[in-house]
Amino acid sequence: MIENVVAAPILLPLVGSAITLVVRRWPAVQRLVSLLCLSLMVAVAGWLTWSADVNGPTVLWLGAWPEQLGIVMVADRLSAVLLLISAIVSLLVMLFSLGQDLQERRRETPMSIFHPTFLLLTAGVANAFLTGDLFNLFVGFEILLFASYVLLTLGGTGERIRAGSTYVIVSIVSSLLFLVAIAAVYGATGTVMLAELAVRLAELPDHVQLVIHLLLLVVFGIKAAVFPMSAWLPDSYPTAPGPVTAVFAGLLTKVGVYAIIRTETVLFPDSDLGPGLMVVALLTMLIGILGAVAQSEIKRMLSFTLVSHIGYMIFGVALASEAGLAGAIFYTIHHITIQSTLFLVTGLIERRGGSTSLNELGGLMAMSPALAVLFFVPAMNLAGIPPLSGFIGKVGLLQAGVETGRPLEIAVVAVALATSLLTLLAMAKVWNRAFWRKVPDIVEGTSDQSPRARGRGMPRSMVLTAGAMVLVGLALSVVAGPLYDYAVRTATDQLAGAYVTAVGVNR
Amino acid sequence: MVTVQPSLILIIVAGALVASGVYLMLERSLTRLLVGVLLASNGVNLLFLVIAGSAEGAAIIGLNEPNEMTDPLPQAMVLTSIVITLATLAFLLTMAYRSFQLNGHDEVADDIEDAQIRRLAELDEASQSYDEDDGEAPDEDTDDQLHADLATVDTKAPDAPEENLDQSGKEQT
Repeated sequence: MIENVVAAPILLPLVGSAITLVVRRWPAVQRLVSLLCLSLMVAVAGWLTWSADVNGPTVLWLGAWPEQLGIVMVADRLSAVLLLISAIVSLLVMLFSLGQDLQERRRETPMSIFHPTFLLLTAGVANAFLTGDLFNLFVGFEILLFASYVLLTLGGTGERIRAGSTYVIVSIVSSLLFLVAIAAVYGATGTVMLAELAVRLAELPDHVQLVIHLLLLVVFGIKAAVFPMSAWLPDSYPTAPGPVTAVFAGLLTKVGVYAIIRTETVLFPDSDLGPGLMVVALLTMLIGILGAVAQSEIKRMLSFTLVSHIGYMIFGVALASEAGLAGAIFYTIHHITIQSTLFLVTGLIERRGGSTSLNELGGLMAMSPALAVLFFVPAMNLAGIPPLSGFIGKVGLLQAGVETGRPLEIAVVAVALATSLLTLLAMAKVWNRAFWRKVPDIVEGTSDQSPRARGRGMPRSMVLTAGAMVLVGLALSVVAGPLYDYAVRTATDQLAGAYVTAVGVNR
Repeated sequence: MVTVQPSLILIIVAGALVASGVYLMLERSLTRLLVGVLLASNGVNLLFLVIAGSAEGAAIIGLNEPNEMTDPLPQAMVLTSIVITLATLAFLLTMAYRSFQLNGHDEVADDIEDAQIRRLAELDEASQSYDEDDGEAPDEDTDDQLHADLATVDTKAPDAPEENLDQSGKEQT
């Protein structure tokens, strides 16, 4: 009976989305429904995480079909903890955008559309995390992609339509490839259930396995913005409204990473593509961070660091050891929080300074010390400065890499260190230009059009929410010990095939 | 799982559809992209008919023997995917229309920030952000040239995307 709760994180936002769509003329009701849904989601995800850790995975066979026939939802340690952190981030981002909503009702961001779409997005993310079925994973992806299409082109301004076109086309191509992969999987094995696939894929000839494996990796690689398939991300994310970029950066790519973890641990645990993934991880880190250093627009810079830090997670997955996987999972949790926080704070910078371009910003330190603190802490966390969670995640990954003692892994470790340093450089660049220096003369000259003149005050609720996000990031550092233990247990689960046993146990 | 010979004609048709779809998707115009997506997704949907097995055995108990039936599950999947394709196309069509409304054409322009960075590379400036690190005001002597360059670049800054996009979009084409 209690296992029905697994469906709640999907149903709650779906129902909420329908309600908010109906009551779009009453913003107050919309706000209430959205917050209620997301808060409940956090509670349910929290319970699932606790239960997955104490009682083992919660498995739900939908629709009362005989077991092994219907669609299965599984909340094991990995799904549950990612769901929990996503729900928390979604809730805080929603709170943040409410502050914006109350302050301004500009045409560019029609909030009546924002609520239902945002809830739909969280439903899609929850579905992708919880499903135990490849086709349902596709459906989850489509739900979140469609919501993201709408959110990205919100208001339909010229720049957003341009950025949206790239994003939509790339997503469609990846969806088509996913369908091809599903057709291939079903044609070869006669099932799309992940747990059953784990058994049946292993029986296939090597070349068929390789084709399916590569297809799935390409599909999830596009979603996760792994290097050769990452060019779309910095092109499309920065134009969206601040809260939208924050939630995209936090959740969407991580859904891809989650799918890659599942592919590597459940579907193809014995694959020999590890070195290939390792090279991809290396290139993702390097190309991403070099792109970031070249940028002079904060949102674009953060989009590039997002790409580069996906490399760390792929590195952990490619190691395929317990330590590597644990590091990757911890890093994913850390990165969801930090990247969203940074984008939210950038939203505040845009408000206060009137721009996100480093050429126009300046003197923010004097204008708003609070904003400086809000930026500084997550920025240092992203760069991996010692007491913070970014450092712990990186140390875990690097240790796991060094332990193998193989040259390729050591090379990736070296690149990871360089990436970390360059991230610090990129963050220092933002800090120096936007916060420490005086407002540049060329900008100050044009008085009525200067960003300073366009900059407005920051509503207290937005500052508080951003502060709450920073605190969540700090909390991850404080509870890093237990959290890392949890990540290690998750990794052990994954490598021991606990997922397959959990779904199969109810046979 | 149905173990019949896959239909070669379906595979060839699917291949042709996907190939023409991919060709069209390489275009910049959203309308052509739309047709490309339409063709490619129909091609992919055909793959599900291939894996469903022979076309004759409707999956109705009493009408056909269980081992002669077509597998109904791929058909359920392909229905889902057709619906999703429909929604995708509707969305793309809206975007193409909106783009046409705003710009007078529906071609996808290059990113303005990208163009800015490329321009910096051509000017052989590493980045605009390395000229001062001490937090002081810019050093007038060395930065004059850079600022002159910057000023020209800044006319294309993304703050007024509507008009600028229009221009840069036309430059690109």
